[in-house]
Amino acid sequence: MGIRFILMVNKQGQTRLAQYYEWLTLEERRALEGEIVRKCLARNEQQCSFVEHRNYKIVYRRYASLFFLVGVDNDENELAILEFIHLLVETMDRHFGNVCELDIMFHLEKAHFMLEEMVMNGSIVETSKANILSPIQLMDKAS
Amino acid sequence: MSGPSLMDSLFQRTLEDLIKGLRQQLIGEQAFISKALEEIRKEIKSTDLSTKSTALLKLCYLSNLHFHDMSFAAFHALEVLSSPRFPHKKIAYHAISLSFHDSTPVLLLITNHLRKDLTSTNEFEVSLSLQCLSRIANVDLARDLTPEVFTLLSSNKLYVRKRAVAVVLRVFEKYPDSVRVCFKRLVENLENYDPQILSAVVGVFSELACKDPRSYLPLAPEFYKILVDSKSNWISIKVLKIFAKLAPLEPRLANRVVEPICDLMRKTGAKSLLFECVRTVVTSFSEYESAVRLAVEKIREFLVDEDPNLKYLGLHALSIVASKHLWVVSENKEVVIKSLSDPDPNIKIESLRLVMAMVSEHNVAEISKVLVNYALKSDPLFCNEILGSILSTCSRNVYEIIVDFDWYVSLLGEMSRIPHCQMGEEIENQFIDIGLRVKDVRPELVRVARDLLIDPALLGNSFLHRVLSAAAWVSGEYVEFSRNPLEFMEALLQPRTSLLPPSIMAIYIQSAFKVLVFCLHTCFVRGGSTAGVPASASYESFDDLSVENGADSTVAHGQTCTSAPITNESIVNLLKLVELALSPLLGSHDVEVQERARNLLGFVDLIKLEALNSSGQEENDSERKGVEATKIIRLVHDAFSKELGPVSLTAQGKVPVPDGLTLNENLGDLETICGDIELPSSNTFSFGYPSEEKDVSSFSNLQIKEDSGQSNESTSLLAEHRKRHGLYYLPSGKSEVISNDYPPANDPALQGDNNDNASDLVKLTAESLVPKRKPNHSKPRPVVVKLDEVDEKPVAVKQLESRDDSLSGAVRDILFGSEDILPTSSRSNLPNSNRKGKKKQHMITQVESKENVVDDGNSSSRRRKDHSHGKERRHRKKNAEERNETDRKEKESSSNHPRRHKSRQRAEEPLKVPPQTSVIPDFLL
Repeated sequence: MGIRFILMVNKQGQTRLAQYYEWLTLEERRALEGEIVRKCLARNEQQCSFVEHRNYKIVYRRYASLFFLVGVDNDENELAILEFIHLLVETMDRHFGNVCELDIMFHLEKAHFMLEEMVMNGSIVETSKANILSPIQLMDKAS
Repeated sequence: MSGPSLMDSLFQRTLEDLIKGLRQQLIGEQAFISKALEEIRKEIKSTDLSTKSTALLKLCYLSNLHFHDMSFAAFHALEVLSSPRFPHKKIAYHAISLSFHDSTPVLLLITNHLRKDLTSTNEFEVSLSLQCLSRIANVDLARDLTPEVFTLLSSNKLYVRKRAVAVVLRVFEKYPDSVRVCFKRLVENLENYDPQILSAVVGVFSELACKDPRSYLPLAPEFYKILVDSKSNWISIKVLKIFAKLAPLEPRLANRVVEPICDLMRKTGAKSLLFECVRTVVTSFSEYESAVRLAVEKIREFLVDEDPNLKYLGLHALSIVASKHLWVVSENKEVVIKSLSDPDPNIKIESLRLVMAMVSEHNVAEISKVLVNYALKSDPLFCNEILGSILSTCSRNVYEIIVDFDWYVSLLGEMSRIPHCQMGEEIENQFIDIGLRVKDVRPELVRVARDLLIDPALLGNSFLHRVLSAAAWVSGEYVEFSRNPLEFMEALLQPRTSLLPPSIMAIYIQSAFKVLVFCLHTCFVRGGSTAGVPASASYESFDDLSVENGADSTVAHGQTCTSAPITNESIVNLLKLVELALSPLLGSHDVEVQERARNLLGFVDLIKLEALNSSGQEENDSERKGVEATKIIRLVHDAFSKELGPVSLTAQGKVPVPDGLTLNENLGDLETICGDIELPSSNTFSFGYPSEEKDVSSFSNLQIKEDSGQSNESTSLLAEHRKRHGLYYLPSGKSEVISNDYPPANDPALQGDNNDNASDLVKLTAESLVPKRKPNHSKPRPVVVKLDEVDEKPVAVKQLESRDDSLSGAVRDILFGSEDILPTSSRSNLPNSNRKGKKKQHMITQVESKENVVDDGNSSSRRRKDHSHGKERRHRKKNAEERNETDRKEKESSSNHPRRHKSRQRAEEPLKVPPQTSVIPDFLL
């Protein structure tokens, strides 16, 4: 399992999206997110985007007020994950048009769906923006 | 109670309302949420599926972002799932994949829903259910839905097929027997040219290959083709990961692949792919000189890049190379050392690891010096990181790299004086450990302990208390190496010791006891017959000391013979000091402290009489008493001078239990008696060790040296302290040394020689990193006592899920056939191991480690187990599709398996295996 979880957290440390690819109880989740947010949000622009945490790595990137944090296994390619985060943001941008925190808040389910199109079982299955968005657009049209 | 009315449904809040409300609430977030949850609980019981699904959606939101339990809605989610409308289904699947897990009770009920959706004609429904299956599949689901997944693996809708491929990983993991059904189709997908499918299938194989690479060697030609042809960086990265695992297993494969990888490295513009190439080369192709050189070139580009990410990864790659090619690190040492002062703590730690990787027997002293200087200047966190890594590197394998223990012990002393040092516990352990293990270092150890104990400023630093306790223990245990035991008494009983926690206070008192006994012993027992002590004997025991100290100590020796520093008068003062310092502790609340103080004072009472008498007039009567006291002193001294040796952790187990002793008797009653008594958290290591060897003789004739030769820092500290607290000190005839103010724990003047700019440090380390430098100590490395059983690195316990084993066993069956790629010699063992009982084989399989997978007997037995396992299941299901598959395999299977015949006889329905090359493919040769 390459990717273990994907989190979106705002500047205040509130979780805006959480997707886990292994089962964690609510308590474990709360503790994990607390630790990660403390660790990553304290870092500045000049510092690298990789943080070792417990027995895995966190690759994170900040876009405006939103932090995208991805927990990956130790032998996962960090730079590829950064590209993945960027792809995710671009995809959301294309769909929502200049995506912001509120878009994700109010369309959480859609954001989850987008992630599900891209990642399955912890590995990346789709990297084409058009392919990711076409089912979503279709569903939007249908409803 | 009652379900929601129609009105409730009509005016139900949507998710959007909920979010808006949450943002504008005035009653507090928690209150608002619990109100909303109450609503949801009501709404979710509604019979109207729209109301139900909206409630479910709101619940998902609260669970995902506000950590609210949604397990109560599991059944409702299933109800929504049965809705014919797609939007409802979508919400239900969303909820299920967020909240279901292996122990969700209603999990069993979902199988039919999933099966229905997996066979649906709507590709989005199929996709949703596959997605869900990849999250929640357990053994039962994986087993029951294997046929559906198998069908979808060759679906002509790409959208569905790639998901089916991705879900296979989870299905294999949970139910290894599904490999027999699905594996072939999975492999067929490897030949697909569609990048979507390829990316998914390569992803699956890279995960599978991580767990057991050997099984996938036969697929190397396919992977090779993908590597050469791939246009997508994602796919290339995954394939590289697979080759990183496969190459070390098969040198011919490595030969073949290394060139394409280097090509890729030269050509690619993507940093992620470049880094993956570099990592693959340095981890798995480290014996290919030219490839490594190319990789190192790229690493250097990363290292000098502005981007901290690339710099970090460059350092990370270096640390991978370091284990095999240390020269690479030395070549880049400037960058590495400069990174020690990087603004990013992660980069600093990574470079620290690299620096520690360069440490060897020859340069450990220089590197440690540089790092300690760095530690002085860094923030507390990194400072301790540095100290911790120095400590762990130096103590590795029972101080393997330390030659000069005198130096190391003084380094420990120095480290404990660093202001941010929080490694007290580790330093404490090492002090004691070295004291016990290395005999020759004890004089120096005592000197370091003295310097630490004597400095009153150190007592104020709570992080140092553990170190001080070790120093106190050392001073008591090895007092015979001390030049001036009286000084120790003063240090151990100084007024500021009241700052210590009771557990350490107790160690101080016990050590004071030992020192006192030693003083008395030298004064009375040996002092009485000073003339009788043969001079040669006294020199002998001090041999190592005099060698170390050179000329000036021989002068000191000359003095010791004539004027012993411990006179009757000083003993009297000493006893007074003890009484003065300890009588307040008689009322201590801590049991340990109180008891030890009492012991010591009781002893002093016994001795005092004689001490007073012998200083005054000498009468026959008191003479006799004096003899008695001498006897006591001698007895106690003998008791203390039994040497403590290091004891193996398992030593206790070797002691036979004496007859008639019941160890398993229930002590439950004790708990009620002692229940409310809190155990003191003392670390009385010094009393825990049983004495091993008697070595009394070497202790009995020791000389105490005048410390006139010493005029170092701490003496002046002591003098200063003496001036302030004269009351507690012995009167001394010597002129007092005037020194400066009350010293801080870490005198900045001492660090005057720190080089402040990085370039100097680079130079300094550059020197120290040259490995050819010979160590400049004249004496050989002292003996380090080792305990065989414990000090050996504990063999990592290999734990492997039996499931993984059976998975790779199944894969191997498919790929290799029932014949393994084993050497023929080992195959001859097979029949023997096969005859073992099935139960036993089962046990072996579970215990077996991955390394043993090549091992013939066990792995074959495991396979057989799997066969029968799979067979049973298959019997049960009788799925036509599977049967077809089996038949096809049968047709394809080649006949050159000598052992297959046998296995066919043993099993009623033999498992047919596809031919798929039982030898290494041609292209490799």
